[in-house]
Amino acid sequence: MNPNYLDFEQSIADLEAKIEALRTAGSERDLNLNEEINRLRSKSRKLTESIFTNLTPWQISQLARHPLRPFTLDYVKRLFTDFEELHGDRAYADDPAIVSGLAKLEGRPVMVIGHQKGRDTREKLRRNFGMPRPEGYRKAMRLMKMAERFKIPVLTFIDTPGAYPGVGAEERGQSEAIARNLYVMAGLRTPIVSTVIGEGGSGGALAIGVCDRMLMLQYSTYSVISPEGCASILWKSASKASEAAEAMGITAHRLLELGLIDEIVSEPLGGAHRDMDSIAATLKQSLLAVLDQLDALSTDALVQARFTRLMQYGKYEEA
Amino acid sequence: MSWFEKLLPPKIKSATPGEKKAVPEGLWRKCPGCGAVLYSAEIESNSDVCPKCAHHMRIGARRRLDLFLDKEPRSEIGAGLQPVDALKFKDSKKYKDRLTEAQKSTGEKDALVVMQGAVEEVPVVAAAFEFGFMGGSMGSVVGERFVRGVSVCLEQNLPMVCFSASGGARMQEALLSLMQMAKTSAALTRLSEQGLPFISVLTDPTMGGVSASFAMLGDVIVAEPKALIGFAGPRVIEQTVRETLPEGFQRSEFLVEHGAVDIIIDRRELRPRIASLLSMLLRRPASSSTAA
Repeated sequence: MNPNYLDFEQSIADLEAKIEALRTAGSERDLNLNEEINRLRSKSRKLTESIFTNLTPWQISQLARHPLRPFTLDYVKRLFTDFEELHGDRAYADDPAIVSGLAKLEGRPVMVIGHQKGRDTREKLRRNFGMPRPEGYRKAMRLMKMAERFKIPVLTFIDTPGAYPGVGAEERGQSEAIARNLYVMAGLRTPIVSTVIGEGGSGGALAIGVCDRMLMLQYSTYSVISPEGCASILWKSASKASEAAEAMGITAHRLLELGLIDEIVSEPLGGAHRDMDSIAATLKQSLLAVLDQLDALSTDALVQARFTRLMQYGKYEEA
Repeated sequence: MSWFEKLLPPKIKSATPGEKKAVPEGLWRKCPGCGAVLYSAEIESNSDVCPKCAHHMRIGARRRLDLFLDKEPRSEIGAGLQPVDALKFKDSKKYKDRLTEAQKSTGEKDALVVMQGAVEEVPVVAAAFEFGFMGGSMGSVVGERFVRGVSVCLEQNLPMVCFSASGGARMQEALLSLMQMAKTSAALTRLSEQGLPFISVLTDPTMGGVSASFAMLGDVIVAEPKALIGFAGPRVIEQTVRETLPEGFQRSEFLVEHGAVDIIIDRRELRPRIASLLSMLLRRPASSSTAA
């Protein structure tokens, strides 16, 4: 089994392996197998297309957590120039699960804030699997307030299983740190654009996700609790995660229907990790367009519109 | 249970095998804190606090507001709001059925009750969670009622007090309920802009999305003694992190020690002390009843 492919992609992996085998065989023995290779390539593409047009929410959440999926710093490298990472909450520590700093997007300064996961084991541990502690949220808040002072738009990138459920995090006020960010972001007098690039895990995601425009990558997810967590509480079994993923409507398409996000950013065939440059270029265009729209508003109008938007969340009946 | 058994003192009673959990509804109640079997009327007259060990029992939203607010005036805010199953959510049960069940058992439409009234003559809007309604979980109606309470405060220049008792966001409303965290927190920005205080009273339990939003945004944060308060539940922390939890972890006293809560106030003193805090924050002259 090829670990770069998810279980529902194994048929694609098998084909790709065959293509690779033919290619090496062809070059070693100086045979011309191009016709066969091309045939298999187009078959592989068609297979990928057919698998990817019918993904279930659970398959999408596996893609959202794909070990090769581009993380915040992968986008930072491709979207921005002059990135200066800024560290620490000025009170307790720097939290590597959130990266943040000043950068330029097509020459204009922006404040970048995003969850950061790690690629290898060491890095995963250092980044705490992208699960921030209170100091991470407080660093984010400090930099948002700085962005407000200097009238720089804030771009956030969401990719976390959730806020870290640890003893120290509770001792240092995880709840208050998240709550304070919601409060500060609601009234921040500069544009905020959030993009879910992978996993949007609950309060830990929302704590950098109160915004004027909410974008979601095609195969990212955003939910109140992880499918496994929901399943273990409501179905009393974490193995019902796929049912929970379905029921909670965690995909970009479902959330667009519900009016909770503004735009879906299309991913390349097979997912963002198959072509990082291409997804970065697409996302860049979306971000530039959204910033243009927000530039047209006065600060008062911007903050008022954000407030109105927040107040509209919810579905209920009134007798 | 026979009249004779009822007469037995608690110690003898609890020694009877098979009788441990069988405390009947009504006349007698068992304190979850010390296990003493107590006369219901005695508990009730003591604000549902155990007269023996001062354990604060969980109470419903209406009982809470009844204990807290002056008898007159009182008017409910957002009573007409009703939950809907926007996602057609179904786990082992349909969300719709869970709602109907919760509405039947609690007599409430949803998990938050908001009232305009006064506390020792200080006009106020007070909100209280009904923990019996799906664990006091926050969905769209809870969020909207909270915001409407804040709106009344803004219109009439009133302070806001909220008693939370909640497991967090309501899973059956999925992301809609997560967004209530942002909505309620945003509403509070307007309250502070207008110089109106928000006093958040954390009662047992205040967890997850409720603690990580408006509940932790009080100008003054009060907690009842020994209430469980935190972001992640203790079991979740133990399972995911494999850390042993310290003694008293996530209890009110722990939060005060770590600087997350201002004061612990006994339920029986909440009315006068919150009234006093509010009158100071509002720079309100002492009311006639206390001035003499």
